[in-house]
Amino acid sequence: MSFSFVREQMVDPAPAPVNTAGPIAWARRNLFATPSDSLLTILAIVLLIWAIPPIYGFVMPNFLGGDAVPPGGTVEQCRVETAGACWAYISARMTFFIYGFYPAAEYWRPNLVFALGALLIVPLAIPRVPFKRTNAILFFVVYPVICFYLLNGGVLGMRPVPTEQWGGLLVTLIISLVGIICSIPIGILLALGRQSKLPIIKTLCIMFIELWRAVPLITVLFMASVMLPLFMPQGTTVDKLLRALVGVTLFSSAYLAEVVRGGLQALPRGQYEAASSLGLSYWKSMWFIILPQALKHVIPGIVNSFIALFKDTSLVSIVGIFDLLNTVQAASSDIDWSSPTQAITGYLFAGMVFWVFCFAMSRYSIWMERRLDTGHKG
Amino acid sequence: MSDISSNSAEERAINASQMKVSDTDVAIDVVGMHKWYGDFHVLRDIDLKVMRGERIVVAGPSGSGKSTLIRCMNRLEEHQQGQIIVNGTELTADLKRIDEVRREVGMVFQHFNLFPHLTILQNLTLAPIWVRGTPQAEAEATAMHYLERVKIPEQANKFPGQLSGGQQQRVAIARSLCMQPKIMLFDEPTSALDPEMVKEVLEVMISLAEEGMTMICVTHEMGFARQVANRVIFMDQGQIIEQNDPENFFSNPQHERTKLFLSQILH
Repeated sequence: MSFSFVREQMVDPAPAPVNTAGPIAWARRNLFATPSDSLLTILAIVLLIWAIPPIYGFVMPNFLGGDAVPPGGTVEQCRVETAGACWAYISARMTFFIYGFYPAAEYWRPNLVFALGALLIVPLAIPRVPFKRTNAILFFVVYPVICFYLLNGGVLGMRPVPTEQWGGLLVTLIISLVGIICSIPIGILLALGRQSKLPIIKTLCIMFIELWRAVPLITVLFMASVMLPLFMPQGTTVDKLLRALVGVTLFSSAYLAEVVRGGLQALPRGQYEAASSLGLSYWKSMWFIILPQALKHVIPGIVNSFIALFKDTSLVSIVGIFDLLNTVQAASSDIDWSSPTQAITGYLFAGMVFWVFCFAMSRYSIWMERRLDTGHKG
Repeated sequence: MSDISSNSAEERAINASQMKVSDTDVAIDVVGMHKWYGDFHVLRDIDLKVMRGERIVVAGPSGSGKSTLIRCMNRLEEHQQGQIIVNGTELTADLKRIDEVRREVGMVFQHFNLFPHLTILQNLTLAPIWVRGTPQAEAEATAMHYLERVKIPEQANKFPGQLSGGQQQRVAIARSLCMQPKIMLFDEPTSALDPEMVKEVLEVMISLAEEGMTMICVTHEMGFARQVANRVIFMDQGQIIEQNDPENFFSNPQHERTKLFLSQILH
């Protein structure tokens, strides 16, 4: 006996049952799926109830229901026993946090540097804006030169300002930007060198990478600021900031090299072979085929290194460079603003500034990753 | 596959008459060539002369060294002993000569190896522009010409990941052709494809053969070998065991190993 079935009418899609969609279903699935999940959810809620009100009260000013002294307040308000964060102190010393000991009459120079930088970096970061090549040349080649002469002075009748007087956020940004920009090409070259078939180049690259990776950054900075001058011939000096810049750059390029190497190794051999079989030379196949793909794979790792580098710049305070953290630290012993919360407010402020920059980098990298990913799978 | 192998004898004869094989002009000459991977002797005493316009199919069990052999012909693998002379240029460690050979020898891979971050058109124009120095407009015109030949001009601005396997392999063939090679190497071009896509790739290869391209093809498509090849080479354990024209190779294999192999793949 045979049996056959042919569907005559198609079934239309129907809405999902109520208990599988909507907020209650979401909560059940994500927060209370199992007894231990429910327990963790309740614990987390208790923890938040316990932690948020005091933090909120400390950080927020009066008119938002907190105890903090808003910008424009007085030191007396900050000295009240119940006072929260002393934001008045931050706003009063803001110029010191931004420019360090840079002469006040010359603030327009760092300001111009900031403005030019923003003007160049914003269009560079937005893919839709045209003239990328010109923009990149301006930012990576022309801008650093202009910055140097603007800040250092001594040309066009600008008063010379030695690097010892540079400070605050200005120096933090200079060190991290120079570090980031210079360590990319060095890191890529080191990664390629480490994969090279030429034994001398390979050995040199491995030695360089392993040396710098095995030494703490603090040691590098100490060596650069204390020991290097001992080896130099009498009378020659290399600027302290420059020494720190070189140290940070080489340190970070060794890390970057390893990240890039990971990307190079993740590429299938077929990509290298296809490029060579078309007759592309080594450098051309690297530039057009291998690096664009390898770097795209390791964007998270690269940004991770940059974020680490940005935060590590605070270590230069140890060798007497007045970066953001060091200015905050120096200002916290300012008698005029001495209050119970002075130091903590300063560090809170420094932490927030670092967080804003790092978070921006992180979000930008996630966005970039998604953008580069469209339609390239396979 | 069936309709390719079932082409009538007359048709094959017509095709064969269109395909001219030179009897004096050597495209590739392999003389006493050996290759080792570490201690492992992969290729042993290979002697092979490929004439211009000749179409050779290399068959054999996996691990017999067929892919390695054709990969030596554009120096993706290096040999340790003997000579490989391609278009009159001997392959040595000299990078200049290797580039010279690679410019004239196209290669199609089992896994296509298209560049996933470039559009189809960019995949096709990259090498002509940066290796041959062709102006962009001209390179794009050539690329479109070959995309039409492989019947997918409408995909020019897509990325490889958006194409089917068969389409990707046709793009890979077109990419090699854009360099206007004198010799084409195919390394199992249909092995990674779904069965229904094999035909579209083989059709492109057949039309290429009909134009007189010198082709060396590692493949398990015996129908293709019957229809297109001038010569079938059978390899086992890194050696050329038997070579013959397809008619005799399939109907009258000489070596025991060949008989066994054929009995296993032609049921």
